[in-house]
Amino acid sequence: MSKALEIWLALAAGALMAAAVAVPLPPLLAFAIGAVLAFALARLPGRRRAVSFATPEPGAEPPGAAAVEAEARESREMSSAFAQDLVERLPTPLLIIAQGGRISFANSAARAALPRIRSGEHFAGVIRAPAFVEAVNATFADGGERTIEFTTLRDQERFFEARVARLPETGSFGPERQVIVRVDDRTQARRAEQQRSDFIANASHELRTPLAAIIGYVETLQHHARDDPGARERFLGIMAREAGRMRRLVDDLLSLSRIEMHEHLRPSEQWSLNQIAFESATALLPVAEQQGVHLRVEVPTGGAPVAGDRDQLAQVFANLVDNAMKYGGKDAVVRVFAAPPSKAFPNRVGISVSDTGPGIPREHVPRLTERFYRVNASQSRNKGGTGLGLAIVKHILNRHGGRLEIASAPGEGSVFTVWLRPAEAGPAGEAVATEERAPAEADQRIA
Amino acid sequence: MAHIVTAFDEDLVQVQARISEMGGLCEELLSKSLECVQARDTDLARVVIERDRALDLMEVALEESVVKVIALRQPVAADLRVLIAAMKIASTLERIGDLSKNIAKRAIPLSAATHGRVTTSIVRMGRQTLVQLSDVLNAHAARDVDLAVQIWNQDYEIDEMYNAIFREVVTYMVEDSRLIGMGAQLMFIAKNLERIGDHTTHIAEMVYYIVRGKPIGEERPKGEPAGVDFIRA
Ligand SMILES: Nc1ncnc2c1ncn2[C@@H]1O[C@H](COP(=O)(O)OP(=O)(O)OP(=O)(O)O)[C@@H](O)[C@H]1O
Ligand SMILES: [Mg+2]
Repeated sequence: MSKALEIWLALAAGALMAAAVAVPLPPLLAFAIGAVLAFALARLPGRRRAVSFATPEPGAEPPGAAAVEAEARESREMSSAFAQDLVERLPTPLLIIAQGGRISFANSAARAALPRIRSGEHFAGVIRAPAFVEAVNATFADGGERTIEFTTLRDQERFFEARVARLPETGSFGPERQVIVRVDDRTQARRAEQQRSDFIANASHELRTPLAAIIGYVETLQHHARDDPGARERFLGIMAREAGRMRRLVDDLLSLSRIEMHEHLRPSEQWSLNQIAFESATALLPVAEQQGVHLRVEVPTGGAPVAGDRDQLAQVFANLVDNAMKYGGKDAVVRVFAAPPSKAFPNRVGISVSDTGPGIPREHVPRLTERFYRVNASQSRNKGGTGLGLAIVKHILNRHGGRLEIASAPGEGSVFTVWLRPAEAGPAGEAVATEERAPAEADQRIA
Repeated sequence: MAHIVTAFDEDLVQVQARISEMGGLCEELLSKSLECVQARDTDLARVVIERDRALDLMEVALEESVVKVIALRQPVAADLRVLIAAMKIASTLERIGDLSKNIAKRAIPLSAATHGRVTTSIVRMGRQTLVQLSDVLNAHAARDVDLAVQIWNQDYEIDEMYNAIFREVVTYMVEDSRLIGMGAQLMFIAKNLERIGDHTTHIAEMVYYIVRGKPIGEERPKGEPAGVDFIRA
């Protein structure tokens, strides 16, 4: 008798495996299916025993056709419940749609991704995108598998990818023919892609200007400036400057994308922020002398340690001091000092970079850390700026859970302050211990 | 007897599904026609014009199946309302499709010469119209009367956008007579969007009628009409 049960279970498992193959699943899902199947099969012998207990007493009548039928129905129901249970637990949004369009089943991941979804209703009430409707209908018609993309507009635009495949007819989800649909939310990836392409558009735009200048001067040198040594000297100087700018732009773009790539990984090594600021500012003393700027590095030794990436933090201070000297102008006084404690940033350690330059009008301040944003594009370009310095600062500080505070007013100079959370005090071995913690825990500790 | 009720339920489900599918196609047509305006993509404009035919066919098919259901099942009260509303919504959607197609058509001559700032305003208005269309289709699928009433009361925002664009375009045309031809195209596009907005309020009324069994019955708030006196100002 238990044969029927086994057959049904095997059929259900087979159907699901087939579905799993038809709708390729990431390894985690395959593992989940395996786990649930193993769990179900492990229960099988127990069930068999239970069935044999129910064997009629000797002498009683053998089970009739009705009893066989009843048992077959029972095992069918059980395997169907098992199949639904399995689909329910998978972490990928899955829909099962019956011929005619009603949703036979939507697992919990699908209900979370598409809140309006209800079993028994027609799928077009939830997803009416023509590409989706057409794919489901076509798969019912020809049994083929399809992958399509569609968008929905509900509060905000969302992008999905769906894979549609026909289920083998086991009856697990109802008597009609069924298709299974895997729906993946691709909104985040699409947005990232959008940002990237915006970025490439920006970058190529920024490269075009110096490139056009260089090409223009090359042409001039080839023609009428050919025999003019004075002009040649001057033009070569300009070309060298523009080429240098292009190289800086490419370097900055590369370092920005490197920083972004790891932005979600918090650094764990401990360093003295004062020490890093001191070293990276003093390295610029020769440049200050060259530009006629008074650079005063006034950070004390020691200070609270911070968890950070040493090279990246050094780049933060280099960019800030570079700006202060560049925009402060000749004879400006640039100071690098430990910031006094601030109410706005309680329990943070801060290093300030101040200058006595022209300052920044208020409306520009919130936008300074945008890529390629320059208060005065032509002036900044003349100074060799690419407009990426503060964007890099912002991303590095994001990675460190830090903040950049900008205080500036026209005619009063500017103060840029970097605020970081001090690392937790502890023995020297602490840093190593931190690395070994589970990421979630480490995050909590830092946040 | 029980199975007849089920079969009729199935008929109703299928009719509503066809409405949703027509709605989905409308959303696609409108969104693509906005892309045409923005990107001045004449190939895409031809695709929109082509796709609009499918919408017309869907309307015809829906009308036929509704007539068949009414003849066969002789529904009364709430069920009859659903079917009558379905026919009205289908013909409204067909008109929205037509208007979207017209926008795409207008975008073809636009591709030669265009005015960037007005285009941006029109595309923004179009996005707002598309959001309203999606909302009303969601309200229909979910029988969400509150959302329907909200949309019905909100449409004046689109009217206001239309008025602002009207003023902007007229100002340009007055300043520079070479812009008159293009200005007229832009004005037609904005007008078509404004009418799509009106049609969405009509669908909202139908959703209300299906659920409540009576018309919304108040005066719908509308934007101040754009007169001509401001041209002098
Ligand atoms: N200390 C400052 N004083 C006045 N303006 C500043 C100062 N620092 C930055 N700015 C303004 O902020 C803009 C952005 O600075 P950012 O460092 O991001 O770019 P950049 O200096 O132009 O180029 P890069 O640093 O990539 O070479 C600058 O163009 C400048 O207008
Ligand atoms: Mg800079």
